[in-house]
Amino acid sequence: MNRRNFLKGATTLSVGASLIPLSQLLPSSALAASNETAVVVIGGTINSLDIHRSGTNRTSYQVAINCYDRLVSFGTKQMPDGSLSYDYDNVQPEMAESWEVNEDGTVMTFKIREGATFWDGKPVTAHDVKWSLDRAVSLGGFPTVQMKAGRLESTEQFKALDDRTFQITLPFASKLALPDLATPIPIIINSQVAKANATTEDPWATEYLHRNPAGSGAFKVSRWNAGEQLVYERNDNWACGPLPSYQRVILREVPAQSTRRALIERGSVTASQDIPNKDAKELAKKDGIKVVSTPIENCIYSLCTNVDFEPFKDKRVRQAIAWSIPYEKIFEQAAYSQGMPMWGGTDEVTSIDWPQKSPYELNLEKARELLAQTDYKDGFEVPLSFNLSVADWAEPTALLIQQGLAQIGITATIEKIPGANWRTIALVEKKLPLHLENFGGWLNTPDYYFFWAYIKGNLFNSYNYDNPEMTKLIEETLDMAVTDPAYTPNVKRMIEIAFEDIPRIPLWQPTLNVAFKEGVEGYEYWFHRQMDIRPLKPA
Amino acid sequence: MALGVKSRRVLARLLQAVPTIFGILVVCFLLTRALPGDPAAYFAGDMADEASIEQVRKNLGLDQPMPMQFVTYVGDLLQGDLGVAISTGQTVAQELAKRLPASLELTLAALLLSLVIAIPLGVLAATRPNSWVDHLCRFLVTAGVSLPTFFTGLALLYVFYYLLGWAPPPMGRLDMMFLAPETVTGFYTIDSLIAGDWALFKASLAQMALPVITLALFTLAPIARMTRAAMLQTLASDYVRTARAAGLSSRRVLIDYAFRNALLPVVTTLGMVFSFVLGANVLVEKVFAWPGIGSFAVEALVVSDYAAVQGFVLSMALLFVSLNLLIDLIYTLIDPRVSEEE
Repeated sequence: MNRRNFLKGATTLSVGASLIPLSQLLPSSALAASNETAVVVIGGTINSLDIHRSGTNRTSYQVAINCYDRLVSFGTKQMPDGSLSYDYDNVQPEMAESWEVNEDGTVMTFKIREGATFWDGKPVTAHDVKWSLDRAVSLGGFPTVQMKAGRLESTEQFKALDDRTFQITLPFASKLALPDLATPIPIIINSQVAKANATTEDPWATEYLHRNPAGSGAFKVSRWNAGEQLVYERNDNWACGPLPSYQRVILREVPAQSTRRALIERGSVTASQDIPNKDAKELAKKDGIKVVSTPIENCIYSLCTNVDFEPFKDKRVRQAIAWSIPYEKIFEQAAYSQGMPMWGGTDEVTSIDWPQKSPYELNLEKARELLAQTDYKDGFEVPLSFNLSVADWAEPTALLIQQGLAQIGITATIEKIPGANWRTIALVEKKLPLHLENFGGWLNTPDYYFFWAYIKGNLFNSYNYDNPEMTKLIEETLDMAVTDPAYTPNVKRMIEIAFEDIPRIPLWQPTLNVAFKEGVEGYEYWFHRQMDIRPLKPA
Repeated sequence: MALGVKSRRVLARLLQAVPTIFGILVVCFLLTRALPGDPAAYFAGDMADEASIEQVRKNLGLDQPMPMQFVTYVGDLLQGDLGVAISTGQTVAQELAKRLPASLELTLAALLLSLVIAIPLGVLAATRPNSWVDHLCRFLVTAGVSLPTFFTGLALLYVFYYLLGWAPPPMGRLDMMFLAPETVTGFYTIDSLIAGDWALFKASLAQMALPVITLALFTLAPIARMTRAAMLQTLASDYVRTARAAGLSSRRVLIDYAFRNALLPVVTTLGMVFSFVLGANVLVEKVFAWPGIGSFAVEALVVSDYAAVQGFVLSMALLFVSLNLLIDLIYTLIDPRVSEEE
């Protein structure tokens, strides 16, 4: 037995634990070996361990991913560059070992995995699933909205037929229902623990689960110091997948981007989640660091023209703007060439891939010509707004767009809006004439994107676009199976209208960048953009 | 009897603080509500619909008219309930109890370090005008005030962590391997000493080194400058000349007569420095991932987290009231004239 193996043994055996001074989480040798412990740095903060609680932020979703199981999950696919991504088209079992859908697609029956237990040893039953999904549709806020997207709206739809059989009844067949069950929201909670900690004012135990997760997932939370760190400890009895390689993952909150960069460059940490494009480009060239950049599915950074603003009511003005944007320059200077260009496509829509390149590119002559046909040939003034919390890409983009618009006589004044106000002003009140927007849909079908972004009144239609043909098409297509013969022509038509009417001008498809210590394998991109630590493998 | 006078004055000072604090409560309450942005919409999340935003608004108590909200707030406050900071998911009281010591530990250590350097430096510079000590003093003072703390912080981090590897990874109050000591004071250095754990003490001291030096460089400047100016003034005064003429030893003249009198403006400056260093903390906390009060307050302000902002302002108000009181008390110790009044 060599020294390394001895040390490895010592940390896993409880005999070893007693040798460690009380104040130490683990002996320094274990960290040095770093085969059992991963350290991940993030810029955000975990503000709850319960994804259903109102106020839980995006960063905290990862607790739901790593500590809880869902009925189903997605498979893995390899990207063209060799990196890994979840596979939307391949729904895989997680807590349900199998499932059946009846003929008309409205009843889904799941068989719960045999022998699966919660962390406290209690077997996972269909009653737990029922309680958990009831909770998600009852608490309101984001979980309820996300459940609704999969046509899961009321507790009456969920039935526990026996301990291991769970049934969902849909009002009508929808292709979104099954994938929606694989999002981070419909987690399975240990209902016995939760109910024991529920009160009359708090029947869903939000106060308890906020601090004390009660799940069956691959990792438990062994320590949470809010505002500092979260420590995941592996659940060796995890039933729903291969045992994770890391015994322990320490998640540290480091707000300053430059500090996070220094930490990964010095090799003090295993991974740095969600790094800016500039760093991704520069770090990729360094030795000992691996950067994985994955285009974010169903997401486009766009310039939106609000049709409530008088000049933008004229389609030709919107098109003129789309022809006047220096796309290439923006992609280089704001995106550091990370991502997928979304301009300069063909005139005709030939595929239903989404996102896809728009037919527009920088062509000032065309822009001026179009503008000259309108009442606004002498130009006009318009404020161009962006969200300050995404200033890293939005600010350079806005400046370049401002220059482009100046070329065709439109004077844009830049307005920066603080992150906290952005949602209210841009998405709820929808009163920004010209603004940058970054919506991305979790469920990866084009019609889902169009649903949120092109139907009047829906949240990410921040530009009040309203076209009856488009609305009708989306409503028809949203629940339609992708194998339906009408599906492809419908989506194609939606894309055609979107490019013709161009209320939302696509700029580029962004990437999610994660930096790893060289040799760490197994990272998988997920639509929720959080780190799934379960498949990570040490160097 | 002297004690009676003193404690009566302390009591009077404390009573004077009550209207101040109430005023701060009112102004802070109104100001947070005047912030643009809708916290209910923010905390309901990106995808929330109208109904769920309303629900969150009700949960936050923001559907009530403003005077009602204020009454509820003061009522809760009297029961010691500061509310919940939604942005971090913890109660405000918990956050303050955890973060205030973190910031204070940093600030006090930095003040101590800068005092140890600045006062001798200022005294030496004053006694030897235009010598190399004076020039060194001038250089440090200029550098200290002109370099922004986040820059000094990043520069130190770059040299001592990134290039040389002397400093531990800048990841907060303790390295990953350690667990926080049992809370007595909330100061990790002191608590680890109470627990008798030397390794932990060294680890927390190592994490503190760079942020403390950063802040000390910043606080050193006003203290050194004030010491030098005050010393120059007292050294040129009549009583020092008299003392010299009376043939007292130069040591006695310097320490007992000049320095003791020069200390008064220095202590006043110290109070001011303490207050703005708590503000400057924010940037240092960000760079060194220090879970302090400054970064908490800024984050809360950005997302209009009312309870958190109010809790922060209140705790700062209390802190300053007690700080001012403390400084007044120190005055009576070092200035014989103050204690002999009445």
